[in-house]
Amino acid sequence: MVLIQARNITYKYPINDGQSALKNVNFTIEEGGFYAIIGKSAAGKTTLCNVIRGFIPHFHRGDLQGELIVEGKDIREWEMDELAKKIGFIFQNPFTQISGVKDTVFDEIAYGLENLGVEVSEIKARVKQIINLLGIEHLQDKNPYELSGGQKQRVAFAAVIVMDPDILVIDEPTSQLDPKGTKDIFEIIKLLKERGKTIILVEHKIELIAENADYVYVMHEGEIVHGGKMEHVFSDPKVLEYEAGLPQYALLGIEVQKRNPSFSRIPINKSQAEKELKKWMEKQEVY
Amino acid sequence: MSFIQIRDVSYTYPNGFMAVKRVSTNIEKGEKLAIVGQNGAGKTTTVKMMNGLLRPSKGDIFIDGLNTKGYTTAQISKRVGYVFQNPDDQIFHSDVYSEIAYGPKKKGLSEEEISNRVEKVAKLAGIDRYLDENPYNLPFSTRKFVTIACVLAMDVDVVILDEPTAGQDYVGMAQITKLINYLQKNNKTVITITHDMEFVVNNFERVIVMANKQIIADKNKRDVFWDFNVIEQSSIKQPYISELANSMSFESKILTIDEFVNYLFNSKKKV
Repeated sequence: MVLIQARNITYKYPINDGQSALKNVNFTIEEGGFYAIIGKSAAGKTTLCNVIRGFIPHFHRGDLQGELIVEGKDIREWEMDELAKKIGFIFQNPFTQISGVKDTVFDEIAYGLENLGVEVSEIKARVKQIINLLGIEHLQDKNPYELSGGQKQRVAFAAVIVMDPDILVIDEPTSQLDPKGTKDIFEIIKLLKERGKTIILVEHKIELIAENADYVYVMHEGEIVHGGKMEHVFSDPKVLEYEAGLPQYALLGIEVQKRNPSFSRIPINKSQAEKELKKWMEKQEVY
Repeated sequence: MSFIQIRDVSYTYPNGFMAVKRVSTNIEKGEKLAIVGQNGAGKTTTVKMMNGLLRPSKGDIFIDGLNTKGYTTAQISKRVGYVFQNPDDQIFHSDVYSEIAYGPKKKGLSEEEISNRVEKVAKLAGIDRYLDENPYNLPFSTRKFVTIACVLAMDVDVVILDEPTAGQDYVGMAQITKLINYLQKNNKTVITITHDMEFVVNNFERVIVMANKQIIADKNKRDVFWDFNVIEQSSIKQPYISELANSMSFESKILTIDEFVNYLFNSKKKV
């Protein structure tokens, strides 16, 4: 089922040099899909997220053309509080998200539900369930500000997941984290996908996208210049022209292919690389 | 005598938390190196002691023969510049030009010299078109380049970059590589903390690995990334290409795509 459909979206911020931040953008988001948006800085990735979650046009002025349909209704017609229940947003920097008004991780995660006036017993049950799901029981009595960056980001995820939105828009969640913190966050995203959530992720760590995403959109100077099934996009050297990066395994495959065109299938992750290289080596009688 | 000497240095924060335990190493003038290891390993505390932001609780650090204990942070930071992990810990002006000009002004340079310097370093950092902007209107990754430019403007002998690669895209990475090469060409010492092992492979030879408050390895990248004890102890990741070479049982300590491809085609010739 199509959840979100963008048709010819063009957007100009109120203050700038007259350049459009988004130009004629079209895409489709299907229910339960994991979509990654890649592209260099200032390509329009965060602006696109802001349209999807309604901040454009509801909070940011500027000139929005075209249509963004969420479950059959244009983004302009959605009430923001209704949209916020449907689409959860996770920031790049967990400091931006953590409220600062709660003394414990448990209360921080409960904050959103409290604002909706949910029954106390239900809040407690739901918060507990999410804490168990993300494996952060050991953090629940701590002050959010005592936590490491990776722990804070997991709490930020919990605070959004507890609201049970259908769609999660996640903007560079791991850019401030170390490899362990990054791995934990990708585990959470995987878990959400398994629970049928629709995920839209902006991320620079291409190799991790290649292990997890279903679809990839490549942005360049405000446009979606490439998009489709992840394996299709990541095996295409054209992506490099947009300075968006490809997985190391694909770069390796492209180099092998340059030396010997009989290496035909560009791998995108480690297991594919190993399989394709071994197959090719046997044919070439390398060993 | 080495330009930076770290002699049996430990650091305990005022709250009693020991972050660095008996660390020793020497770093030469004009050398570039990477420091890697998990969060909490002691990397940032160690480099903050090099520019006097923190003073060793035990042991001594010498910069160009001078013990940091005898000098103020202001004096040391004229020789050793530190770019904070989080640019927002550092930025306090409302436009990029004033932010970069602040250090040179404090040094007492003339207006003309200041403006020349600001323009030169802004260009080097790839932010010359943002000089009139408020730094907080710029994305995180660009703010990081503002803080790098600030340190470059001080013309220090040693530049310490704390996770410059965090949140950088392909283009930002290339810009940092360019900067590091420029600094080294000008005989500056460059010390970089990073979690990006591909970045280490592409830019450095010497790698210091920290784990659990200590230096557990200080050697060539190839020896680090193929030392499975070090990798396990420090929880760092082997570069993607090395991982692949390892799981395919290649008999070579491969680090890069070029090396991988060469190995592949050379072993073919042998048959």
